[in-house]
Amino acid sequence: MIQLEKRKEPSTFWIYATPLLAVLLTMVLGGLLFATLGKDPLMAIKTIFWDPILGEFAFYYRPEVFKKAAPLILIAIGLSYGFKAGIWNIGAEGQYIIGAICGASVALAFYPLEARWMIFPLMILAGVAGGVIWAMIPALLRVYFKTNEILVSLMLVYVAEVLIKAFSIGLLRNPDGHGFPGSRNLNQYSSSANLELFAGTGVHWGVVTALFAVVATYVILAKHQFGFFVRLTGESSRAAGFAGVNANRLIITCFVISGGLAGVAGLFEVAGPAGQILGSFPAYYGFTAIIVAFLGRLHPVGILFAGLLMALTYVGGNAAEAAMNIPSATIQIFQGMLLFSLLSVDVLTNYRVRFVAARGA
Amino acid sequence: MNRRELLAAGAFAAFAAGMGAPVRANDKIKVGFIYVGPINDGGWTQHHHHSAMEMVEHFGGAVDFVYQENVPEGPDAERAITQMCLGGANIIFTTSFGYMDPTINVAAKFPNVKFEHATGYKQSDNVSVYSARFYEGRAIQGTLAGRVTKTNKIGYIASVPIPEVVRGINSAFIHARKVNPNVEFKIIWIFEWLNPAKEADAAKALIDQGCDVVLQHTDSTAPHAAAKEAGNVYTFGQAADMAEYGPMPRISSIIDNWAPYYIARVQAAMDGSWSSVNTWDGIGKGMVGIGEISDVVPADAKAEAEAMRDAIAAGEYHPFTGPINKQDGSVWLAEGEIADDGALAGLNFYVEGIEGSIPS
Repeated sequence: MIQLEKRKEPSTFWIYATPLLAVLLTMVLGGLLFATLGKDPLMAIKTIFWDPILGEFAFYYRPEVFKKAAPLILIAIGLSYGFKAGIWNIGAEGQYIIGAICGASVALAFYPLEARWMIFPLMILAGVAGGVIWAMIPALLRVYFKTNEILVSLMLVYVAEVLIKAFSIGLLRNPDGHGFPGSRNLNQYSSSANLELFAGTGVHWGVVTALFAVVATYVILAKHQFGFFVRLTGESSRAAGFAGVNANRLIITCFVISGGLAGVAGLFEVAGPAGQILGSFPAYYGFTAIIVAFLGRLHPVGILFAGLLMALTYVGGNAAEAAMNIPSATIQIFQGMLLFSLLSVDVLTNYRVRFVAARGA
Repeated sequence: MNRRELLAAGAFAAFAAGMGAPVRANDKIKVGFIYVGPINDGGWTQHHHHSAMEMVEHFGGAVDFVYQENVPEGPDAERAITQMCLGGANIIFTTSFGYMDPTINVAAKFPNVKFEHATGYKQSDNVSVYSARFYEGRAIQGTLAGRVTKTNKIGYIASVPIPEVVRGINSAFIHARKVNPNVEFKIIWIFEWLNPAKEADAAKALIDQGCDVVLQHTDSTAPHAAAKEAGNVYTFGQAADMAEYGPMPRISSIIDNWAPYYIARVQAAMDGSWSSVNTWDGIGKGMVGIGEISDVVPADAKAEAEAMRDAIAAGEYHPFTGPINKQDGSVWLAEGEIADDGALAGLNFYVEGIEGSIPS
């Protein structure tokens, strides 16, 4: 009989080593999966993890990895505050969508005026505001009516998905679009386009903001009183209460941060890589970011690497689909394996496996 | 073009120069396909893939075939298409409307690669567009529906409010009314192309409201299953023949057949005669197929529908021939007037007699 026994103090080494172990485990399990499909496992792993960074076409793929990682990191960083304190915003996807809608609406309201100095900053503000407003619904309901923020924030994702579909065929539809759904392409409007800041690097404003968020969060968590409150609440909410932490204020602040960052991520995405308000805009970054946050151990630097890794599996995974005709579902399974590996390795970090002799009858 | 863009374009051009050089006779041509759904979706994507495979078979070993399925319409599409160009594709078919801007963007970076975009309206020197006149098939469905209905209520599961779907509804309605002036249409929009659960719900709702014919512009067989369960309800295959549901409830179908087009275009790319064109073919050229009309349809109605099919194929009859009024009663097409392709391409209103409004 196997029993799990909680370890008193999980080793610090393994806390940081497990994500790496999980990645290696995923590669092995993924390799087996590819092999059963009759694909060369080493070739597949190489196509996913190596080629986008150092392969023949890396000059194209590297920027793509950055573009893909930016929204994941931005959202995950925002979520990490709440997750550390035991406040569960599961609806970042909805805040991301509403941020995109609000930001895009500002740009479309000014179209075709050429005034990037004014329009682009206003779009960013609107993106943040959109995300914050959408996040305030579960936050305030939690604070004033003690509702469950997990359920409310999650349900609001579906509302946001319906809203973006409605906007894409209604209010924001491109009047020159021959009756097809979708807004004007913000990428082709010079006042709103979120283009690369340096040619061929993939670095757009979203990438810059993501890096800034990583650094700022590192400082806040390490040095600022708010960071201390967040950590304290996560470790013991009672102790935090005695230390003078206002729990309600903490909930609202965490939702403001995560909503705002998710909203601005949506804005940078819709004005950049996506270009249009469209029913197919939601790409589940808001959910993937939850994996990124935990894979990165809720630590800003960890999230940075986890976001890049996750982006790599997307970009490399798609490359493998095309190059080796691997079904797209297989790549999704592969990404799912990453989370499962992490969770299962985590069990072993926190628990000891004991083999106990079965009691005699 | 500023310096930044120039640099980026330069990097790509250097590559494209080596890659997209004209195909010589002894070279294999590399043909790529980008699909929006899985290749076994039973509908839209499956038929593009099926047609592509037919094309590959036709050329035997002369074609190198690559595809990517489940590519979301958005930034991922641009990467998937670029990836194929980098992989050395000579001609790429992007098979969904939402790939329009990505296709145009990538095409600008790879001037030597040829692109074929399905159902869009943006062309360039190396981007052709192609689509099928599915509304021709809808005219036949409308005729059959009007003949077989006993409750005079016809259900319509509409997908996404774009001109193609609106054309289909109008065409079916006009022809159902022509043979049965008491017919009314009940339309449910599900805002998706493929969602078996929603399609089944929509079909059940329509049947509950008394519809005994259900037309669908969505890709799954779920409505057929719902109709079979309810009994005495007629349906039509969409994109695929869906013959497994015949002879009841499925009484006919519209079949997407892209193979002749794919063969012609790849041939053109091979022999160097490829140029950017705008193709909109129907029953006549075989792009729209009409599935076998099953025997539960009365013989005279079947003959009538087949005669219409042949008249459309021969170019003798156009489904949008006046007199046709708009929903608000104003004149759209005068007696004998035929709708021009421009108006049809952007069609965004119902014709007179249809109730409800197009979602916006």
